[in-house]
Amino acid sequence: MARDPQGALVALNRFGFGARGGSSGDFASAAADPRGFVKAELTRPSAALLEQPSLRPSPEIGKAFFAYRADVRRQRAATKSAQSSPSEPQAQMANGAGSDANDGARRAGASDQMQQGGQVEPPQPGMVRPPEAAGREVPQPVDIVVKTYRAEALARFQRATLAENGFVERLVTFWSNHFCISASKGIAVRILAGAFEREAIRPHVLGRFSDMLLAVEQHPAMLLFLDNQQSLGPASRAGVNRKRGLNENLAREILELHTLGVGGGYTQQDVTSLARIITGWTFAGPDGRLADPGRFAFNVNAHEPGSQTLLGKSYPDTGLSQGQSALKDLGRHPSTAKFIATKLARHFVADDPPPALVARLAQRFVKTDGDLKALALELADADAAWKAPLTKIRTPYDAVIATGRMLARVPEQPVRYLGNLNLLGQPLWSPAGPNGFADTGSVWASPEGLKLRLDLAAQVGARLGDTFEPRELMEVIAGDATSKETRETIARAESRQQAMALLLMSPEFQRR
Amino acid sequence: MDCRENRLLVSTRRSLLIGGASFAAWAYLPKFARASTSGGDPRLIVVILRGALDGLATVAPIGDPDYAKLHGSIALLPTGANAALPLDSFFSLHPAMPNFARLYREKNAAVVHATATGYRERSHFDGQDVLESGYAGPGRVQSGWLNRALEQLPRGERVAGALAVGPTAPLILRGAAPTVGWAPVAVPQAAEDTASRLLDLYARRDPVLAKALTQGLQLDRTAAREDNMRPGRGVGYMRVAARGVAKLMAADDGPRIAALAFDGWDTHANEGGPVGRLALLLGGLDNAFAEFEQGLGAYWGNTAVVVVTEFGRTARINGTDGTDHGTGTVALLAGGAIAGGRVVADWPGLKEASLHEGRDLKPTTDLRAVLKGVMKDHLGLSDSALVTSVFPDSGAIKPMQGLVG
Repeated sequence: MARDPQGALVALNRFGFGARGGSSGDFASAAADPRGFVKAELTRPSAALLEQPSLRPSPEIGKAFFAYRADVRRQRAATKSAQSSPSEPQAQMANGAGSDANDGARRAGASDQMQQGGQVEPPQPGMVRPPEAAGREVPQPVDIVVKTYRAEALARFQRATLAENGFVERLVTFWSNHFCISASKGIAVRILAGAFEREAIRPHVLGRFSDMLLAVEQHPAMLLFLDNQQSLGPASRAGVNRKRGLNENLAREILELHTLGVGGGYTQQDVTSLARIITGWTFAGPDGRLADPGRFAFNVNAHEPGSQTLLGKSYPDTGLSQGQSALKDLGRHPSTAKFIATKLARHFVADDPPPALVARLAQRFVKTDGDLKALALELADADAAWKAPLTKIRTPYDAVIATGRMLARVPEQPVRYLGNLNLLGQPLWSPAGPNGFADTGSVWASPEGLKLRLDLAAQVGARLGDTFEPRELMEVIAGDATSKETRETIARAESRQQAMALLLMSPEFQRR
Repeated sequence: MDCRENRLLVSTRRSLLIGGASFAAWAYLPKFARASTSGGDPRLIVVILRGALDGLATVAPIGDPDYAKLHGSIALLPTGANAALPLDSFFSLHPAMPNFARLYREKNAAVVHATATGYRERSHFDGQDVLESGYAGPGRVQSGWLNRALEQLPRGERVAGALAVGPTAPLILRGAAPTVGWAPVAVPQAAEDTASRLLDLYARRDPVLAKALTQGLQLDRTAAREDNMRPGRGVGYMRVAARGVAKLMAADDGPRIAALAFDGWDTHANEGGPVGRLALLLGGLDNAFAEFEQGLGAYWGNTAVVVVTEFGRTARINGTDGTDHGTGTVALLAGGAIAGGRVVADWPGLKEASLHEGRDLKPTTDLRAVLKGVMKDHLGLSDSALVTSVFPDSGAIKPMQGLVG
């Protein structure tokens, strides 16, 4: 097969996280067989899994969280009785340790709920706390929330940095953003954010869509993020006793964002029906009454009795399986196939993806009943995905990871990465809403965003420029696909530091 | 170009490298129809509250006999420790907003109630697209109404392009008219020489990135400098962002128009009443009003701040002491240019039969009437420009009169 340098750039940047430095020889391998290079990772069945002894399953994290929260409360109570401070409520909020300051009394009976953390998110790692919140904190126990979040983040950064070509890891980030949760919801979601991706997303990235859908909607992080653990069937025993009822949040986003998509053919009535169907989907609290603490549980006492009609089909009240059947049908709905195909093509190929490619992907999704490995192969085999010009720009996450790969530096601590992602508008696992981060090049190539990238690239250059030879790195990432203009610009730079910044900002590095 | 035009550029650290060609980005200099008054050219700040603001919790119709029952455990109360702040005999303001209440008393703030865009579904994202695009329905996301309004302003004199706050420009300001971005963050800047070389490379290899970077480089960073504070996306961010915007707009030759968005208003659960989650958010917004007023100084007198959201929330609280996606809500207006001290509302009532689809506050005022009124009377846009370009297919919706003055 003839060498294909342009194909190599597409393989590395569009499908992956860019070429690795050192002796990887990524560019040469990709140029020799671009499609084979991309598809190689897909053949390893467990390629998407991330398992490390330091990363614990969510029930363990849940237990640790419950213990931590109890510690915080004890400490707070002690502090409160020691000094009756007028600014106490605000300090509690700033700590992000609980909205329970205001509603703890009312919620005291609802011990099966790992309620969300403070409504004001805890300070993002790497961010300076506003002065009004600083200095008033009550001392708190070792913050396992931050500790866990950082360990999970580090594992993800390391995996992406070391991945062969990164296609599978890019798929992980795609699905994780499709089914996003947001750590800015509160500390309970924050501590589970990494586990959510490991447990609900990764095992199914090369598996079935409907399995991922079910795992996602039953994960404590998602139930917390979209309030379903609080939703009670109005006619259920718990609903009647507590005089509380439905919360439509999760049901709506399942239809709008996870499966059918806006315009996918559902009504407000369907939203309400689905909300009723999934009442009782919660997770066990510290008392372990429903299940092992922190594990998904079906609370029949909260489940709305009776059959429900969703998209014209009646689902008899079979308890937990009522919702499982509904999700199964949603997962194979033609609107879902189209929605997923469009998003996938938009993510990898172009903001306005070729309609023929979208149709082809949607067809594959339907034919294989949502086999996501088949879908990924279909994408990697499609000529349209290789011929479309590189008009998208790397997301901040892509750019940060690609930088580490190029430099062959495996991060040893996550704080700098996290800070840069915050700065560039893509804080890890923390999109502003349940629709996730934007996935169009036009959004990320904004004037302000680009200028910030330049400033960061200059920082990297200043820090590391003289320990690398930028002209060699140019060969690492783009080889003979490097344009004459970029080559000249790098060669004529006034310093290695400057050359490094220019290399990191070159179209060969930024475009995908 | 006269020397006034130059001043912004010269005051920008990077002015010299920008050169003549890219000056176009800043040369889109609307000449406002209203003559300069003591407060200078009119200034307009549009704030988008993403997530759907509970209008009934922000400006509560305490005089409506059905309000307290519907809003249940989170209803505002006319008396007690955290009593709502009365605006008139019928409406009261959330107690977390003392600054807005003061502006209202000083007749520099007004409320439009029971308002909504033309969108009647309940998707945040479509709702925001409609709110920001200015089109009658979803699916048009190429440009925003404020950007198209900018294009309608007569070109010629000074004034920089509109200011988009945040790492990415919100839809409302996307489009053909150039805008500039600013995000409240602080990083050491790349050297001018490096930026210049990169621009040169982009000019030869990648015109799209060249254009974006050119605009990005033209920002005056003074706003971010002094605070030395990085924002989160929570309550504190509102104050920091507002402070920066005010500082930028208070420059003689700074932007006259800005748009920014605050997140987090999707209060499905534990919304809280006089205190709680929504109260914290409204407190943050109230701080933003104070920052605008203080930072704009003499220009505040000719400033209009318009706060809008994609739709309202259910009139009845849900099963988790929150509210789900609804329809009618409030728009808040503040600034010296606003003819304030009143709540504008064709009140539909909160009886079951009066609610939209039996669940939401029924919108009786199209939000576009409010926005058109402001654009017409504050910035001098013509009726025809408003109908043909800024808010297409809105001929039947007349600009609301008397909001500015």
